[in-house]
Amino acid sequence: MKVGVVTFPGSLDDVDARRAVTIGGNEAVALWHGDDDLKGVDAVVLPGGFSYGDYLRCGAISRFAPVMTSVVEAAGKGLPVLGICNGFQILCESHLLPGALIRNDHRKFVCRDQRLRIERVDTPWTSAYAEGAEVTIVLKNGEGGFVADEATLDLLEGEGRVVARYLDDNPNGSLRDIAGISNERGNVVGLMPHPEHAVEDLTGPGTDGLGFFTSLASKVFS
Amino acid sequence: MARVVVDVMPKPEILDPQGKAVLGALPRLGFDLVTDVRQGKRFELQVDGEITAEVLAEIEQVAETLLSNPVIEDFEVHVEEHSVAEVAHEAGRA
Repeated sequence: MKVGVVTFPGSLDDVDARRAVTIGGNEAVALWHGDDDLKGVDAVVLPGGFSYGDYLRCGAISRFAPVMTSVVEAAGKGLPVLGICNGFQILCESHLLPGALIRNDHRKFVCRDQRLRIERVDTPWTSAYAEGAEVTIVLKNGEGGFVADEATLDLLEGEGRVVARYLDDNPNGSLRDIAGISNERGNVVGLMPHPEHAVEDLTGPGTDGLGFFTSLASKVFS
Repeated sequence: MARVVVDVMPKPEILDPQGKAVLGALPRLGFDLVTDVRQGKRFELQVDGEITAEVLAEIEQVAETLLSNPVIEDFEVHVEEHSVAEVAHEAGRA
């Protein structure tokens, strides 16, 4: 499958994400924030970083980039979209996902290998994992605290839309230890940790993140 | 030219780590009266011409669409009156 990776001004992990897409057995296609052409891709990754300098709020300005108009429209028709870290923030600001990400409760940037449990595996990004799989993936954020009102949190839990949950320590004050969520249909997934940094033994804590990029190859989302 | 101010504040139920950091610093500086701090943002928007209901309606939209995130923040829009200093300054130029 062709997987587009968007580069915004201030994106940091677009190159790693493209590499992870390739290692996962798919073809990586570079997309540009100022271009609304998705180049016929079958899925899109919004990578980590500090798009538009994180000015105003993380993801608030990126949401209005020309490429996002196309991504929002295509996501509504079922295009698989994965937002990682800053990409997750952009998905929330775009209202493709509920809730918001706020500054870590302890006020410090956190960078560590994080244990997670994968809880939703019927998405195009997580189908390679067994339900309840416990994995270790790199986490690095300053504004990664997931918040939403109680009704929204109950809805996410009730519909099984919590994709990943933090194990051991909650690194950023996220409510109910939520590390990643999906939309109702499951094609849009937002994740605070960085699976693209955990796809090779040479770097990172292992290859536990690879599943996010091989899922697409093993199962075309219907 | 007129100025419209938009104040954006984190919703009361949303944790405000920045406000907490400021609050934590106050006792160390010897300020003991303040019991809570919430930190928000203030936007000063310049508008040409009169501030009409239409202008204010558009600025409400600006605040709702871009300046604030309604999931975590509340906003207030108000028209800024000329301060005494500004009026005196403009009178001096005239």
